[in-house]
Amino acid sequence: MSALHRLGRWVGEHLVLALGVLVLVYMFVPVAIVGLMSFNDQASRNVYRFDGFTLDNWLNPCDPSGMCSSVVRSVEIALLATVVATILGTLAAFALVRHRFVGRGPLNTLIILPMAAPEIVLGSSLLALFVSAGFGGQLGFWTIFVAHVTFCLSFVIITVRARLSGLDDNLEQAAMDLYATENQTFWRVTFPLVFPGILGAALLSFSLSFDDFIITNLNAGQTVTFPMYVWGAAQRGIPMQVNVIGTAMFLVAVLIVLGNEVARRRQSKVTA
Amino acid sequence: MTHQPQEALVEPDAVGLGSSGDDPGEGHETVRGRGGRFTGYWLMLPSALWLALFFLVPFYSLIAMSLYDPTGSNLTGYDMTWHVANYVDTIQAYWRPLLRSFWYAAMATVACLVLGYVLAYAIAFKAGRWKNLMLVLVIAPFFTSFLLRTLSWKLILADEGWIAEGLRTLQILGEDGRLLATPFAVVAGLTYNFLPFMVLPLFASLDKIDNRLVEAAGDLYASPARAFFKVTLPLSMPGVVAGTLLTFIPAAGDFINAELLGSPNQRMIGNIIQNLFTNQGDYAAAGALSMTLMIVITVGVVFYIRRAGTEDLV
Repeated sequence: MSALHRLGRWVGEHLVLALGVLVLVYMFVPVAIVGLMSFNDQASRNVYRFDGFTLDNWLNPCDPSGMCSSVVRSVEIALLATVVATILGTLAAFALVRHRFVGRGPLNTLIILPMAAPEIVLGSSLLALFVSAGFGGQLGFWTIFVAHVTFCLSFVIITVRARLSGLDDNLEQAAMDLYATENQTFWRVTFPLVFPGILGAALLSFSLSFDDFIITNLNAGQTVTFPMYVWGAAQRGIPMQVNVIGTAMFLVAVLIVLGNEVARRRQSKVTA
Repeated sequence: MTHQPQEALVEPDAVGLGSSGDDPGEGHETVRGRGGRFTGYWLMLPSALWLALFFLVPFYSLIAMSLYDPTGSNLTGYDMTWHVANYVDTIQAYWRPLLRSFWYAAMATVACLVLGYVLAYAIAFKAGRWKNLMLVLVIAPFFTSFLLRTLSWKLILADEGWIAEGLRTLQILGEDGRLLATPFAVVAGLTYNFLPFMVLPLFASLDKIDNRLVEAAGDLYASPARAFFKVTLPLSMPGVVAGTLLTFIPAAGDFINAELLGSPNQRMIGNIIQNLFTNQGDYAAAGALSMTLMIVITVGVVFYIRRAGTEDLV
């Protein structure tokens, strides 16, 4: 083995991992800044820079008028859209993996398309529908809800479908061999195995919906969601409390993911 | 055919409609349909209806809107006059932002490909037991608002920020050179925001590669670099194609980065469409531009997938 070869090996072993970690760090720099700015003792709303440390923003998160109501509205829409998209999407995923029916191919394509279209096009087409159907004057909560379910649905179907098609058939076979009825097999074996996928899909839906701006903004009318509040504030001067909301959302999501992971590990230890 | 559950278990085609029993490709999927032969339709129906009503029909509405008489308004309503000139007029007025969008998106996609490949490769082959954790970390920034993360870049690239100051001291940036409000800032923002869309599909296809193939290349005296370019890279092409599409398409339609990090000189087509809809209320022109964007992207994607030769992306 030549020295050059060995050098290449070593570089391959360590440099790539180090570079990869560096890219990950880069991905977290803005997240860290959002966290830091949530403690910012802001001197003036028009200057976005770190002026000093304070806990005020965390203690009085609802001080900026209209912000907390926009958060509540976003959470309401996201919860509702997540429930509907997760139920419809899970049913569809079962249909696509477990059943054969005419039109499965075209349907598989139809599911990908909303993810492949730019958001601005999805948003304008929905607006075109609402306007031509006579809802142009009633844009608001329900039109946002419809838009959010539409783009979450594809993500749910794909996530649950992936989990379902990676499932080991033998476990269900074994349950049936041991005289479990179809229902018992489904609720005691299949569903618990697919559940992490469904939970992941729901979490994804919630964060997609909560975070969406481009599609929402076109179909919102006078309704203000949290991202729309931030957008408006970016033009007028940003209250630091928006960073409190951003950081809190991040922490909650990370806790859910970690909790899910811990539960999964414990479960796999029990079954192993 | 009887419809006892056990029957459905041993007989893959109990649900019917499939090919005959000797189908080796699907044969192992023995736990097929529960219930009757129409269960699949019932399960699929709600989603299919929803997507038809709120995804397909809206496209028809958008096409119609793009052909409205532009003299109408969203208050008085529009007349359908098959006004194809909307397309000509808007492209003539906005060809610069349109081209700029594709140019910025292309640069961001290349930057994402380089950064994303390194990260995806590290996760797939070098992360060991940290693989799952690193994957979660790739998605985790999504949980902080897109807008807030983009605003953070405004802070990082600010005129009085460390980076701009440092580059000025190093003479890389001119005396009163700026990072913010430049094409660089917009492309950097796009790169940052869509990087996870590149990493995930790249990882998916890198992770599938059988390591023995790379080892075999090494055994046959290929250098690591040669093994990478002859084995790993070609096998990861489906991920490259999927990742570049998932990055390029949303980046081309994005206007948040151009608005928050750029100046009016960096306006992209998304800014124009958004502005036509919400501020100017010119729905016909906005519809035509939106359709133009969609058509160009669709044609581009079909052409690209043909060239790349991977039609089985999903």
